[in-house]
Amino acid sequence: MGASTLAEAMVNPMLDGVLDAGPKVAPPLEILKESGQREVFCGLTSIVWLHRRMPDAFFLVVGSRTCAHLVQSAAGVMIFAEPRFGTAILGERDLAGLADANEELDRLVKELLARRPEIRTLFLVGSCPSEVIKLDLAKAAERLNRQLLGQVTVLNYSGSGIETTFTQGEDQALVAMTPLMPTSDEPQLLITGTLADAVEDRLVDLFGRMGVGAVRSLPPRRSTELPPVGKGTKLLLAQPFLSATARALIARGAELIPAPYPLGVEGSREWMAAGAAACGVAPAQVAAVLDPLVERGRHAIAPHRETLAGKRLFLLPDSQLELSLARFLSRECGMELVEVGTPYLDRQLLASELDLLPVGTQISEGQDVERQLDRVRRAKPDLVVCGLGLANPLEAEGIATKWSIELVFSPIHGCDQAGDLAELFARPLRRRSLLSFAA
Amino acid sequence: MELTLWTYEGPPHVGALRIATSMEGVHYVLHAPQGDTYADLLFTMIERRDKRPPVTYTTFQARDLGGDTAELVKRSINQAVERFQPEALLVGESCTAELIQDQPGALAGGMDLGGIPVVSLDLPAYSKKENWGAAETFYQLVRGLLKDQVPPPGTPARSPQRWQQEGRRPRVNLLGPSLLGFRCRDDIREITGLLHRCGIDVAVVAPLGARPADLQRIPSADANVCLYPEIAAPVCSWLERSFGMATVRTVPIGIGATTAFIEELCGLLGLDTPHFEEPSRLPWYSRSVDSTYLTGKRVFIFGDATHAIAAAKIASQELGFQVVGLGSYSRELAREVRTAAKELGLEAIITDDYLAVEKAMADASPELVLGTQMERHSAKRLGVPCAVISSPLHVQDVPARYSPQMGWEGANVIFDSWVHPLMMGLEEHLIGMFRHDFEFVDGHRSHLGEGAPTQTPEPQAQATSAQTATATPAQAATATIEGLVWSADGEAELAKIPFFVRSKVRRNTETYARERKLQVIDSETLYEAKAFLSR
Repeated sequence: MGASTLAEAMVNPMLDGVLDAGPKVAPPLEILKESGQREVFCGLTSIVWLHRRMPDAFFLVVGSRTCAHLVQSAAGVMIFAEPRFGTAILGERDLAGLADANEELDRLVKELLARRPEIRTLFLVGSCPSEVIKLDLAKAAERLNRQLLGQVTVLNYSGSGIETTFTQGEDQALVAMTPLMPTSDEPQLLITGTLADAVEDRLVDLFGRMGVGAVRSLPPRRSTELPPVGKGTKLLLAQPFLSATARALIARGAELIPAPYPLGVEGSREWMAAGAAACGVAPAQVAAVLDPLVERGRHAIAPHRETLAGKRLFLLPDSQLELSLARFLSRECGMELVEVGTPYLDRQLLASELDLLPVGTQISEGQDVERQLDRVRRAKPDLVVCGLGLANPLEAEGIATKWSIELVFSPIHGCDQAGDLAELFARPLRRRSLLSFAA
Repeated sequence: MELTLWTYEGPPHVGALRIATSMEGVHYVLHAPQGDTYADLLFTMIERRDKRPPVTYTTFQARDLGGDTAELVKRSINQAVERFQPEALLVGESCTAELIQDQPGALAGGMDLGGIPVVSLDLPAYSKKENWGAAETFYQLVRGLLKDQVPPPGTPARSPQRWQQEGRRPRVNLLGPSLLGFRCRDDIREITGLLHRCGIDVAVVAPLGARPADLQRIPSADANVCLYPEIAAPVCSWLERSFGMATVRTVPIGIGATTAFIEELCGLLGLDTPHFEEPSRLPWYSRSVDSTYLTGKRVFIFGDATHAIAAAKIASQELGFQVVGLGSYSRELAREVRTAAKELGLEAIITDDYLAVEKAMADASPELVLGTQMERHSAKRLGVPCAVISSPLHVQDVPARYSPQMGWEGANVIFDSWVHPLMMGLEEHLIGMFRHDFEFVDGHRSHLGEGAPTQTPEPQAQATSAQTATATPAQAATATIEGLVWSADGEAELAKIPFFVRSKVRRNTETYARERKLQVIDSETLYEAKAFLSR
């Protein structure tokens, strides 16, 4: 699927019919739509976890020094070894003539592959500057695929800030992989969205215990071992930010299983139960496997609930996990939701989450960071979930924070991680009560 | 097009952000797409700043491109001015905005902003980098704020000694310290104290902590001190040309340089050079017998030009190290680095490719690396101790304690932070000596827990190092990739060598064996190579 069809898919709500099983009537929601300065990462940031998921892939951003600096800074610490991502930095000469830019890109890719012969898949990642100068990376990928004769598969997608925020980068990367997925109507459960390897193993094992044998993942651990897709595919999204990927897989015959996302005990149980039910597992079998986990998970959350219950929470838009986190923190940890910000709201993919949020929850879509911070200051919440740029300044104003980027790097999915997930939010509050500088 | 994995410097607008965030009362409106706001975390996380950088990003999106992005710029400027009421406004663009050519500076120039000074920044994102952008921004800001004060051409230069006629103490400006610079916060305090002891006042420190009104007081000083040439060299040259202000260019890092700095400054101002009684412990610590083991230690240096050049001088002259590599990513000051390298009989490494630096580092077989946080990672990989001497920084390079690099106390800090990793090297040596005692396990390290005790950079060495660690004479011989074989007694002999030089001995012996087309390396080969190489 090329960039143009992808763009069409994004404006064409193909999911309408698919979600018939879901709620017909949305609960009353207050949605505050805002535009202004957006304090969010761009889609390039998702390279930081994607490259770890697929160790045989290389992510080459075609962009500017800013892109290189962004990925490096978002990664927080530089990794010891030579990283499996880099930036082809456009220079003045590349801007002057696109023909040269294409030749330059080919030269650079060949140098890179000679240096890293273990790379099996190369992602050319578009950026703001490459999009603005209309450097056609789809064509470049085609050209390089012809030249490299199957030695390496070259794919392309855009992680540009003018088109994507933060986690949408993963969505675009996965969409780029879908055309290479073989077609098979064999029944299977397809878990889509990057999970920590250990979490994935655990979930696959649990599905196995419930009697679901054919469980596959997108993205796979090896970029070359793509799962098949077809009419027998039940699509279970592990992450709520995969709108375009869902559409692409549905177009290949997959059936989307509506469910809340596997964050917290409740979300994880419903998510697994929905997947199992779609594969024909009887409710009794689901309960036999999951009920003990639910019991244990609730037990693990309990001490953190003591810290969190009754505390007021404000989520700034960032990772697109905000609605799922808000649902978990309000329903399982007893927090009060002041405002739940999200960079954008895909009502279809988040229908199950919207259903579970308390009636009247203030949701905000988009951002005007100054006005939103005014609201934070007025509301004086007990905890704010926000990006790294805002955390220390808010702490200095006396407001406890939780960095949202940690949530995309940590294993937080599934019943077994629910206690750890609650702990991530309880920790800043516990720490505040621990610290004392009095004599 | 150039391939970059990790970069030493960000784009030039990040340099402008450093100037804006270093100052008070300045606001920067940056025409940039969403995502470019990542730059805020450089300040709030690495520098642990308790305030957001004073920047308004327009964060335009693809759908804005079809419409009126110029209107978005104007709206952002108006909102920023209304909300933050800055004393001076910087207006500029990042790499992507440069391509769509809205010219935010010109737009701001045409707006009624109530008389706030507006400085338009033109920072070519596709040819320049962070330090250049910082220097250019500082220069444009100072020039913009002082344009009404520039004396007419032909005005005679004001004497740096006019304080004597004016019946006051001499005063100078300290120019160049900025956020994300190396230890600037503490250097200013140290140099201010040093100048006070010389009878010299500090007029303006900028950009760090200065307001626009402070910049307007710059000409009231008798001279400028160019503390960080990467940031302040263009401003100092312009102040020399336009205001006839003299510049002190010696950077006071190290004992010799601090002494030269005081002499240059006092000479310029017409002051007697004061005598400092035992100003720093570095000279005595360096002469003390414990330090004899520092003699000839091989040190590899890479950083910004200012800190790399200073480090080379301190290492070679004040600590008795042997500098085996010197380089910088500061292309603007490459000439100075080349000169310093030449004096040490070296070819300077001028590059912003950290892999080239890592390779040069590995080739030089240093015992200590002085570098940026990039070299800290490379050195860790190579198992060589490292001290950070220059930006780019990690959060741990912004310590809570007072730890300047400049002046007398700076020299104390440098002695401790460079020698400690080596001290531990000596301790490791002792552990190596006692390693056959049952209490010790080979590879044990006293404290360098993060290091790689037996790992070495060479793949062939890595492949066998695990075996080396447990090798006994009874075990089978091990082969290198290209077929050289270490006999069991060769391996056993090698295992007796302290691990931190073991990889070097292994490499040297293998080179020796290859040159002589030997197939097997036994203990005799090892001693032959040792004797040959020590000649």
